[in-house]
Order: sequence, then structure tokens, then C-alpha cells
Amino acid sequence: MNNLSLFLSLPAAVAFFIPIVSRRAKWFPDIVANLTTFVLLLLSLLTLNREIVYKVGNWPAPYGIVLVLDGFSCMMLVIINLIGFLVTLFSVEYIERFYTSKLRYYSLLLLCITGMNGTILSGDIFNLFIFLELALVSSYALVGFGCTARNLEGSFKYLVINLLASYLILLGVALIYGKFATLNMAHISCMLHGGDSNDILVLFIFVLFFVGFGTKSALVPFHGWVPDAYMSAPAPVSALLAGGIIKSLGVYVLLRLTYNVFGITPMVSTIFMYAGAISIIIGVLMALGQWNLKRLLAYHSISQIGYIILAFGIGSPLAMLGGIFHILNHSLFKSLLFLNAGSIEYETDTLDLNKLGCLIKKMPVTSNSALIASLSISGIPPFNGFWSKLIIIVAAIQAGKPVFALWAVIGSILTLASFTKFQRYAFFGCGKKYDESRYGGVAEVPSLMRIPVVVLAVLCTITGLLLLGGLNGIFGPVVNVLAGGYISYISEVLGQ
Amino acid sequence: MIYTLCFVLFLVGLYGVTCKKNIVKIILGFLIMEHSINLFLILLGWRKNGIAPVLEKGMSADILVKSAVDPLPQAMVIISIVTGLAILVMMVAIAIRLYQKYGTFDITEMNKLKH
Repeated sequence: MNNLSLFLSLPAAVAFFIPIVSRRAKWFPDIVANLTTFVLLLLSLLTLNREIVYKVGNWPAPYGIVLVLDGFSCMMLVIINLIGFLVTLFSVEYIERFYTSKLRYYSLLLLCITGMNGTILSGDIFNLFIFLELALVSSYALVGFGCTARNLEGSFKYLVINLLASYLILLGVALIYGKFATLNMAHISCMLHGGDSNDILVLFIFVLFFVGFGTKSALVPFHGWVPDAYMSAPAPVSALLAGGIIKSLGVYVLLRLTYNVFGITPMVSTIFMYAGAISIIIGVLMALGQWNLKRLLAYHSISQIGYIILAFGIGSPLAMLGGIFHILNHSLFKSLLFLNAGSIEYETDTLDLNKLGCLIKKMPVTSNSALIASLSISGIPPFNGFWSKLIIIVAAIQAGKPVFALWAVIGSILTLASFTKFQRYAFFGCGKKYDESRYGGVAEVPSLMRIPVVVLAVLCTITGLLLLGGLNGIFGPVVNVLAGGYISYISEVLGQ
Repeated sequence: MIYTLCFVLFLVGLYGVTCKKNIVKIILGFLIMEHSINLFLILLGWRKNGIAPVLEKGMSADILVKSAVDPLPQAMVIISIVTGLAILVMMVAIAIRLYQKYGTFDITEMNKLKH
């Protein structure tokens, strides 16, 4: 599998053909979209442990466009395509029940996956921006897909804040081209470290990128769009937003730029640590008071991203290992929780925790998987969230930053508190406005919606056991990519 | 100097986006921001009395490098205009739907999500 352009051309072509063909055949969008995402998942698994630099149009590296696959982008590809496949599988029944136009939905979903794959693979900063816009435009449409007043309001807020960030990034790209006359990321890094890297212009460009990609990865000063967008999106799209979009468009690019292009400096790592710690605390504190299930999960997303950024701010190899492990874990358990929220909405038509209750008897699969996900996210052994948080906290103490370790522990305890509330009101007990008569017809969701939930729950349990079987063997290549800094990235892409 | 004017144009757009309450004005602010960056990119490649970057018969490569404008920013601007158009259509579509639901373009009155 050397042809990396398949990750872009396949979903884009299918997204184009779905609306044309499926006006006649009703079955077409479901089957073809699921098949495409499944093929993408298989292709991404085939690229594991490979290092490929694909030259588009066979132009050599600094002049033409390159697609770069290394350990880090490989892991992100697997995560995105796994979540993408499970989300499409879940959408089959869910979209049927709540929305009308399935073909447009699948078309937009596949375009969004194209954009995310492109962002991850791109080795050229302007192309990265274009793919990022592709993913974002389709996700604006997906968030407002229901076209009710609330959906549109959430979508417009998401659009305004993210577009502002996009234009800051575009300004940064323009300034980079003005200064270095190149767009290839490895070549930029080469020029940046060859000459005067303490230039004020370089600092300005870095600030533009930090604000831009920080907004997309939902760090705390820039997190305003997160709860509204997640709340108004259809549940599978919320799962994709939490598990895919903020990881690939935000965290991945931010880490790639700081570690492999600009180079990590003490100032940057301090900013990362403070941004991460503040995100952990503020996200979890705001989650405590929420009564809408999706809004609660959205605030937890902010706090979990905080853990990842904190880990990369500490920057020792152990902390990076924990951060990367937490990226994987957060994708798994947060998508699982959003899919569970979708199942609950599918059966009961509400997400208000006050009105829910006693679902454990009526929906055993959903409640058990939600229990696994809640235990994972709040850091209870032996589930995956515990191990990654433990590694981050141990690394923080080893690096001589006990205060940040304490903040991480407090964040974890508060997370446990708010997920206890979720479990208590939705599954084990019942809310204040719980009305028994409305819940007569509630049963378990259809089997097509159960499969992705069960798969994610099993993965949440298994990844917790990775620690026994060589965590370093799996995430070692990823840590090497980031710890190698800009030197190894330049030599990989440009071959110098 | 002329780069500074581009940056001022960018800030005008930023002001429109952040301080105005009318959705249409916010959209106009985004347009101004986008075009200021496009203008900046074009100006980066511009050169006085520059010629088109095409190697004609009998012209040496040296002369071309010395007198041609930079074609890459122009290609970038075309792509950037196309993505900008897609986003503009998306924004206007959402704005029309919002007007149908709320009967106003004022964003301070759109607060159903908080309740």
C-alpha cells in the first residue's frame, strides 16, 4: 500500500457519486458509505509501521506536493478511519429515525473524512489548510443538519469561531510564504533552523498558529464553540467531532507544527502546560453543573484535551507516551459515550438527565457500555483511561512538576463525580421529572446500532491491557517521531 | 508600507466579525478578512514591471527569474477564493435559515441553546 492518495480520492469520489446514483436506489447510500469507510479502515491498518513519502505528480519534495506517512500520522489515520467506520454503521438507523436526507448526510460525512485524512497526511502547509477547510465546511453543514432553530444556532456559532481561526491560520501561511518562500513543512523547518530563529516575525507566526489550531482543538480560552456545536449536532456527528475532528484538525496539527516544524522551546512547553492544566479544571468544573447529557460530555471533551496538551507540554518521552495513549483512549471512550447518548435519544427522545431514569433494565447493552466508558474516562482501573492518566501524572512528578500532577488528579476526581451523576440519573436511579408512563415502549436499540457500541466497549477494555503487552512497542514509533524533533522530520521528508 | 495596509484591512474585517451584532455584517467582515489575505499573497509575488512567468522562445532562464512575477501565490489565491466561496455560500445559507426561524438578523436574540 504505497499509494497514499487513495485515502483522499476514494472517499471524495464516493461522496460525489452517492447523490447522483442514489436518487433511484434507496439502498445505495447505506451500503456504499459503509463499504467505503470499511475499506478505508483496512487500508489504514495496512499502513501500520510503514514510512512513506508520496510525491503527488512525481515532483521532488521541496517543489511539489508531498503526502507524508510516519508513525504519528499512521496512528491518527487508524483512529480516524476506525471512528469513521463505526459512526457510519451507527448512522444507518439513527439518521433514518430523525432526519430525512440520507444521501446528503453520507456525502457530507465522507467529505469530512476526506478532509481529515488529507490534513493528517499532508506535508505541505497550504494543502493542510485546504483539507482543513474541506473538513470544516462539511462539518458546519453536518452540525446544522437538522435545520431546527437550535441546530442552526449551534452551527453558526461553530462556523464563526472556527472561520476566524482559519483565517488567522491562512494569514500565518501567507506570512510563512513571504518569509521563507516555501510551503513544504520540512523545508520551512530547514530554513527556520538554518538562520535567525529568534525573529519577531517567526514568533508572530507561531502565535497565529497556536491561536488557530488551539481553537480547533478546543483549548480553554478558545473553547466557546464546543458545547453548542456538540449539542446541536446529530449524535454520530458529535462522536466524529469528539473522536476525530478536534484530534486531527487541532491536536495533531498543533503537535506536528510545534515539535516537527518550529521546534519545542521552554516557553512553548510552559504555555502548553498552563493551557492544558486550565483546560482540565475549567472543562470539568463547567461539566459538573450541566443537565443536558451531550453538553456534559462536550465539556468533558475540553478537559480530556487538556490532559493531552499537558502531557505534551511536559515533553519527556514518558509524558509523550502517556499523551499519545490518551489521544487513542479519548477517541474510543468519548465516541462511545456520544453514541450511547444517541441510543438514549433514539429510544426516549430526550437528553435531559432530569427526565431520564431506570434505563438499566430496559437497555442493558447501552447501559453496560456506558458504564465501561464512564469508568474509563474517570480513570478507574483496569480500563484504558486509568493507565494513560497514571502515566501522565507519574511523568509530571518525574519532571518535577507536582503542582500540575495535583491538578490532573483533581480533574480526574471531579470527572468521576460528574459521571457518577450521569450513571445515577440515567441508568440506576431516576431524575426529578421522571415520568414512568412515557417509558412504556423503551427497549434496546436495533442491532445495527448495538454493533459499534459493543466494538468500542470491547476496545476500551482491551486497550487497558496494552500496558502488559508492550506499550512501548506500539507507541514507540510515534514517540520517536515527536521526540526526534525537526531534524528527523526533515531527513525523512527531504531525504537529507 | 503596502503590507501594513493589508494588515489594516485584515483588522477592519476582524472588527466587523467580533463587534457587530448583525449576521450580514459579520459575513461581510469575513469577506474583508479573506480578501485582505488574498491581496497580501498577490502582493508578495508582485514586482514592478514584472512579466508573465512563461519561458518564451529565445529567452534565457536568467532573464525570466529576474523579471517574472511569482506564479505560486497566484495559484494559492485562486484556491483560496474557491474555498472562500464555498464557505460564503454555507454562511449565507445558514443566515437565511436563521432568519426564517428567528425573524431577525440580530445574534443577541438567538439564545435558544442556553435554555
